[in-house]
Amino acid sequence: MTNTLHRFGSRDSLRDDYIIFAMAARGINDQGAPPKLQTFLRLALKHHPINVGNAVKGGIFRASKALTPLAHWRRREFIAPEEVVESIDTCTTVSAVFDDPANLEAFLTELRGADLGISINIAALTDEARTCCQRAGITRHSVEYSLGFHGDLNRLPDRHVLELSTMCGHGMVAHNLAKKMLDWVKEGRRDPRQAATYLAKFCTCGIYNTTRAIRVLEEARVGK
Amino acid sequence: MQIDHGKCVACGNCIPICPMGAIYIDPAVNRATVNLDECVECFTCYRGMSKEYLNPTLVRTIRGFLKYLRIRFDPEPDVCPTDALTPQELTWPRIVRQAFSDPLVPHESTGIHGRGTEEVKTNDVTGRVNEGEAGFTIEFGRPGVGVRFRDIQKMTMALAPLPITFEKKNPVFSLMADSATGTIREDLLNEKVLSAIVELKTKLEHVPQVLRVVEEVSQDLETIVSIGVATRCDGQGDNALEPLLKREGYEFYRGKTNLGLGRRPAAVPA
Repeated sequence: MTNTLHRFGSRDSLRDDYIIFAMAARGINDQGAPPKLQTFLRLALKHHPINVGNAVKGGIFRASKALTPLAHWRRREFIAPEEVVESIDTCTTVSAVFDDPANLEAFLTELRGADLGISINIAALTDEARTCCQRAGITRHSVEYSLGFHGDLNRLPDRHVLELSTMCGHGMVAHNLAKKMLDWVKEGRRDPRQAATYLAKFCTCGIYNTTRAIRVLEEARVGK
Repeated sequence: MQIDHGKCVACGNCIPICPMGAIYIDPAVNRATVNLDECVECFTCYRGMSKEYLNPTLVRTIRGFLKYLRIRFDPEPDVCPTDALTPQELTWPRIVRQAFSDPLVPHESTGIHGRGTEEVKTNDVTGRVNEGEAGFTIEFGRPGVGVRFRDIQKMTMALAPLPITFEKKNPVFSLMADSATGTIREDLLNEKVLSAIVELKTKLEHVPQVLRVVEEVSQDLETIVSIGVATRCDGQGDNALEPLLKREGYEFYRGKTNLGLGRRPAAVPA
């Protein structure tokens, strides 16, 4: 899940991006972890996450393997979140994405009371994450800072493409697909919500923030 | 990954899907083709695209007719209409590409899915990085560029002499021929992966030295290097790493926060 660490964007661009995930330490406290991971997601679902995911089975946005031409006008864009919860049958990493810190704080408060005993992390602006923790009565244990990209930076695309593609840190959302969606939104061939949904389907962990993607696509459409 | 030319209708939908840009329409056969030297076996195209099972001949006929009339059709951009993407059997050393590039394949050396280990994400349980220490995650190839192991080796060889300890459970460590010198197996040096992470630990006072080496070597690589550095906080949630990084001139505002809600079962000794 280092895939959540290096999301590209300014501080302001990341203001509505909070990923919280749970995992057990292999060989230490992973016995009996799946029910705890399910509890984590069920608690999260009470606080309006915009995406949830199981790192080995996928998120709510996923590809369809048996489409017909008739399906194009009534495609199922996402599965029920409860299906993601039910899919947890092994020790994995599960995640929930929030676009509102108030919802995250409420979730944290409930999570603290649940005392699941497994590791919980937040990937977000570090000061905002710390504030959310403090309001929920939690003192952070460890922190990892992203020091950004180095090396041959000439190989990187423009900022809008990066903002969209790096929301899947595993690299499953290709720069070229992000660019195509930006172009299609500008051309009026798809609206930002539709384009964000296409992109989210390629993120296998379910950590793609569609709220932020829609905002980025809308800003790019008018040249901001 | 390969594309079945008997099924492909050259719709081009898979071309922008490929994170490495390795798919193209070969004008000699008018079918989508994979540049296998650049393909990292991430399975994004195979798994991420939705599928239809249309008759290729029918689709080609309709597409040809519409093209003749200069009619632009508006397909769903994430669909392979004829299920033409076909995984190939992977053998050593090519199978290493998938191990590092496909997040749904658990790496044999770690047992977990992905390119690294649990890092500080389970630090509240493992105690892997303590106060006064820093854990580095130095990632190569992302976003969307990819990396060959010969570039990773340049970095590991430069880091090896420093006062650091490579994380032994890390997948890249498992591929080192000699961890004392940082050399990687010769037969893997030309293999390309979507990304790979080198993990190491050091004392806080050595952080500036490690950062300088990473930045210097990065300038000589044909890829992107993403740096993450972690530490344990004190009882108030503060840490000595943050002011140190600011003194070194780094601007940073995003990261991962371990909440400290995990615990070690009493039956498992520390």
